[in-house]
Formats: sequence, structure tokens, C-alpha cells
Amino acid sequence: MTDPAHLHGATTERQATAQPAVDVRDLRVHFTVHRGLVGSQVVKAVDGVSFTIAAGETLGLAGESGSGKSTVARTLVRINRPTGGSVLLDGAETARLSGQQLRAYRRRMQMVYQDPYDSLDPKMTIKDAIGEGLSVRGVPRARRTSEVEELLARVNLPVALAGRYPGQLSGGQRQRVSIARALAVSPEVIVCDEAVAALDVSIRAQVLNLLKDIQADAGVSYLFISHDLSTLRFMADRIAIMYVGRLVEHGTSEQVFGQPAHPYTQALMAAVPDIVNLGRALPAPLPGEPPNPASPPPGCAFHPRCPLAIDVCRTVAPPLVRKATGQLAACHVVPDAPGVTP
Amino acid sequence: MTAPPTGPLLGGELPEAAAEPGGELIAEPTAADEPGLGRRALASLRRDPVALISVLAVIVLAVAAVFAPLLAPHNPLQAYPNGLSGDGAPVGPGSSFLLGTDPNGRDVLSRLIFGARVSLLVGVVATALASAIGLLVGAVAGYAGGIVDSVLMRITDVVLSFPILLFCVALIAITGPSTRNVMLVIAFGYWTYLARIVRGLVLSLKEREFVVAAKTLGLGHGAILRRHILPHLVPAIIVYSTLGVATSILIEASLSYLGIGVPLPQASWGQMISQGQQYFQTAPWLLIAPGVALVLTVLAFNLAGDWLTDLLDPETSGGRR
Repeated sequence: MTDPAHLHGATTERQATAQPAVDVRDLRVHFTVHRGLVGSQVVKAVDGVSFTIAAGETLGLAGESGSGKSTVARTLVRINRPTGGSVLLDGAETARLSGQQLRAYRRRMQMVYQDPYDSLDPKMTIKDAIGEGLSVRGVPRARRTSEVEELLARVNLPVALAGRYPGQLSGGQRQRVSIARALAVSPEVIVCDEAVAALDVSIRAQVLNLLKDIQADAGVSYLFISHDLSTLRFMADRIAIMYVGRLVEHGTSEQVFGQPAHPYTQALMAAVPDIVNLGRALPAPLPGEPPNPASPPPGCAFHPRCPLAIDVCRTVAPPLVRKATGQLAACHVVPDAPGVTP
Repeated sequence: MTAPPTGPLLGGELPEAAAEPGGELIAEPTAADEPGLGRRALASLRRDPVALISVLAVIVLAVAAVFAPLLAPHNPLQAYPNGLSGDGAPVGPGSSFLLGTDPNGRDVLSRLIFGARVSLLVGVVATALASAIGLLVGAVAGYAGGIVDSVLMRITDVVLSFPILLFCVALIAITGPSTRNVMLVIAFGYWTYLARIVRGLVLSLKEREFVVAAKTLGLGHGAILRRHILPHLVPAIIVYSTLGVATSILIEASLSYLGIGVPLPQASWGQMISQGQQYFQTAPWLLIAPGVALVLTVLAFNLAGDWLTDLLDPETSGGRR
């Protein structure tokens, strides 16, 4: 699928540190929802999620809507505050930054948003939108025009668009402008939250290729969030699957797509219409709905929908451990790798 | 690099298209350029005669106010000996005094034109002041949220809970009547309306993705407010300020009518109405002239404000199309 030498070739300098660019440990994002005058309830949108992203690597994060994957993204770029755990960027703790330090952190961690129609200010020209990123990086005014033109060229947009407003651009063009704006601050990490979900399939392919080219050139890391597994398979080096605020499976793309361990991942994979089995009926989808994150079921949150569930699943939440197939998964039933102590 | 998995039939060809700058321009139709605001304004005025008349009336009024000394046929403060009939009664409309004279022998038309100056000055300055306060309070409350929002909005509610005219009368009673105080007092009563509108707009703008994106880009609060929030408030502020001018003119007239507005002998419509009322039986033009001027002015500003609302559409101007 991907060619690691090509992808990582430009990033050897950063990788020499051998330290992951992003190291998220036991991240928790809990929201308190007030009900009525006195009642309140804690919604654990993200509850103990850990992962790392190496420099120049892409981690794909998948899950149903409501699984907390967008909350992970929004917490990394600090739209939401983490309520627990830590987020290390190049080894430095960032979870509790504020003020000037938080602004400096934000410049290193950028986001490309899902909605190309709302993520650009309709009253600001393309040139000014990208120039804003340059000003944040401290590029002097005199050099901004030429740098804007360079960035536009880099995202394959004609320089003639610089003076236009977002309303005059198509969805794919706007998403390229968003990418150029993120690149303008020279981030180390770009979080793509369903960045191509709103685009036409044909345009989607162009944008995905563009993102890959940028990664090869600049060595940025991606946290790539999508509910579309085929997009993730194309983009990601490693995959993490979320279900109701927790990771249920985490491994390399080959491991997760080759031999999905967790029954939830298996169900997700089986539900993808494939060019190979076109014409055949898809297997029965998972029974039921994903649970409300405000009141997840006890034990393994997946047990009410799980075809393999046994008694222990109803009471004890399974830990995320290495499985016989090589990746990490949180399941009591799937056999552990040799040497893992339960 | 392998073909992306999206669209198995198309995947093979697309990367080449992407590599060609601007290839997408042909592939995807872009939204046609919208006509500029000026052209849209002219087009809508051509369709809407009521709006056209009201906008023209506002322009005429503004011209009259600015060029009052050139347009007024007489000195508005001078009592003319031929302005009173033999028994001391005011002279009716005629060739020497187009709209007649008042009981002091002064020219009504000239006083009306200079009165427009006072009305417009008070209306515009008071509204500008009110808009500035309202914008500041509303934007800070909406953007900061939390305790700042609560405190500012409770203060706003308190001021808002007074009937605005009564509030102004009470304040004038404390400060004493003068043109400057009338403007300050109206501004102090009227800013609350704008503060609430601005706060509501800022609250919704704050959640818009482009504002969130500006924040995650690493911009400071000042830059976000100035560059991404303020421009979206402008249409609403223009519209509500236009309506505010009408309200302010009406309040000024009411205060002057009550004798606590613009002090004598300066001409103001409210005080002319008050005086004309006493002579309604014998000299009806004294009441009719300023009354009609006031009604038409307020009506013109309100209708022009409605037209601006449609033109600028503050509900969605911050919004997607």
C-alpha cells in the first residue's frame, strides 16, 4: 500500500530522536452536563485513551459517530480541555498549558476541519486567510505575498485564487486552502477530522494524495480521523479503533486490516462494501445502536452488541493488551499473545 | 504512489488531474461571482419604490441638516416685525413666509430646517454612542462568557427594564437639559438593545468553525474579535443603528416637547410641536409642520432600516449561503 522508504525518507532528522512526536497517555475528556436546577451528569466522551504518533507518521482513528474520535481531535488542538491524562509534544507535557504557551503550542499542532463551507471566514480573501497563518508564524509583511503564492502552489491551487473569497470556491478548493492555512504556521502535527468526508469522491482522492505528498515533503505527522475505513487504509500507517470513549483495537494498518482482532473491528470491516464482493449481500450489520456515552453498559461497553460476549464481558472492562495477531485489542474472548498476563 | 481507494473506476486517473494546478477549476464549477453590494442596493431600490422614497427622504433630511444655513430662507432665531399681523397673531403660510410664522414672528420653515439639524445631530450622535457601548458590552459578554457575561447582562437587563423615555426623563432631571446631555442620556438608555443583539450574534459566531480555526491557528483574542467577529457584526449594527436614529429622534422630540430637551431658543421639532399645540385653533400650521416632519422622518428611517435589513440580511450575513 504505502512505501515507507518514500514516506519517511524526508523525516529521518526528526526521527533520529526516536521519540514520538505526539504521545497521548490515558487521555480523559469528561463533560459535566447539567440537568434541571440541581442534577448533573458526567459524560465520559474520552475515557483513558493512549496512543503515539511518530514524526512523519499517520495514525488513523476510526469509530462510529459518538465514539469520541472528534473529541480526541478537538482536545489535541485544545478546543476542549483534557480533564485527565497527558499529551506530550516532543516529550514536553502540554495538557495544562495556558496563555502564551498555549498559543505557541497551537502553532505546532494544526487542524483541518470537516466542513469546507464553515472553516474559512466568508468575509476574508484566500490571501488573507493564509496570510493570517503566516503572521502567526511571524513572517514579515513584505514576504507574505510570495509565501502565500508558494503555499497555493503547494496545494495545487492557481495563484489567481488569492484575491477570491471562499464563497467563490468549490469545496475541494476550500479544503486545499484550509490545508495551506495550516501549513502556513509550519506545524509538526496536523489533525484531519473527517477532512475529506464532505468532498465528492473524485475530489477526495486528489486531497488525500495532496496530504500524502505534503507529508513526504515536510515530514508532518497526521492524526487522521475518519469513519471511512477505505480512506484510512489508504492514509494510515497505524490504526486505532474507538468505541464509546475507549480504544478497542490499536495496531499497524496491516495488522488491523489484515486480521482484525476485536469483534467490533471485524464487524466494521465486514460492513464495508468491497469491490471484490460486489453483488453479494453484506453480512448482517451489528444489532442495536452504540450506547449513550452518558450511561455506557457495565463491563465491556460493546458486550450488548457482541456476538462473542461471555459472562465476564458483562462485568469486567477488558484491558487493551497485545493479542496473538500482533496488535493491541481490548477483548476478553480474543486470545492474548503469548506472555501477556491477564 | 498507489491509487486512492475511493471510486475504484476513477482512482487510476485522478492523481494526474490533481498534479496539474487548476485542473480542479475545470472539473468543479465554482460559484458565479456575486454582484457587488452597491449594485445590489441599486437593483433593490429600483424594485421597491417605498424603500427608494424613504432612502431619498433620509438623504434630503441629511442635506437639509448639513446645509441648513444655506437652505433656510430666514434666520430661525430672528423675530420679524412683518411676521406678526396687526393684532400680534402669527402669520399663516404665504409668499413671504412659506410655512407661516410662530407667535414670536419667527419663520416656521427656517426653524423646521434648523430643527432637522438638531434632530439628526442628536439622533446620529446618540445612536453612534449607544452602538459603541452596545458593541463593546455585547461583544465582550458574548466572547468572554461565564461570569463576565452574567455580570454585564444583568446590568443590561436592569437598564432595559426601565421604560426608555421615563429613564431619559429621570436622567435629564439629574443632569439638567442641554443638547449634549440629551444625546448622552439617549445613548445611555438605548445601548442595551444593541448589546443584547451583539451578544447573541457573538455567541453563535464563537461556535462557528472559522472562529474555532482562528483560535487553533494560534491567534490571540483581540485578533479573533477584530478580524473574524467584528466584520460579521457590521451589517446588524448598521441596520439597528438606522432604527436607533429613528428612536433617538423620537425621544429627543419627546424630551423637547416636555421642555427638558434641547434648550430654547434653539429650534427643535418637539418644542415646536409643544408650542404649536397651544395655537392649534388659530394657527394650525404651527403644529402640522413639525408634526408631519417628525412623522415622515421617523417613518423614513424605519423603512430605510427595513430595507437595509433585507439588503444586508444580518441574520445570515454571518451565516453560510
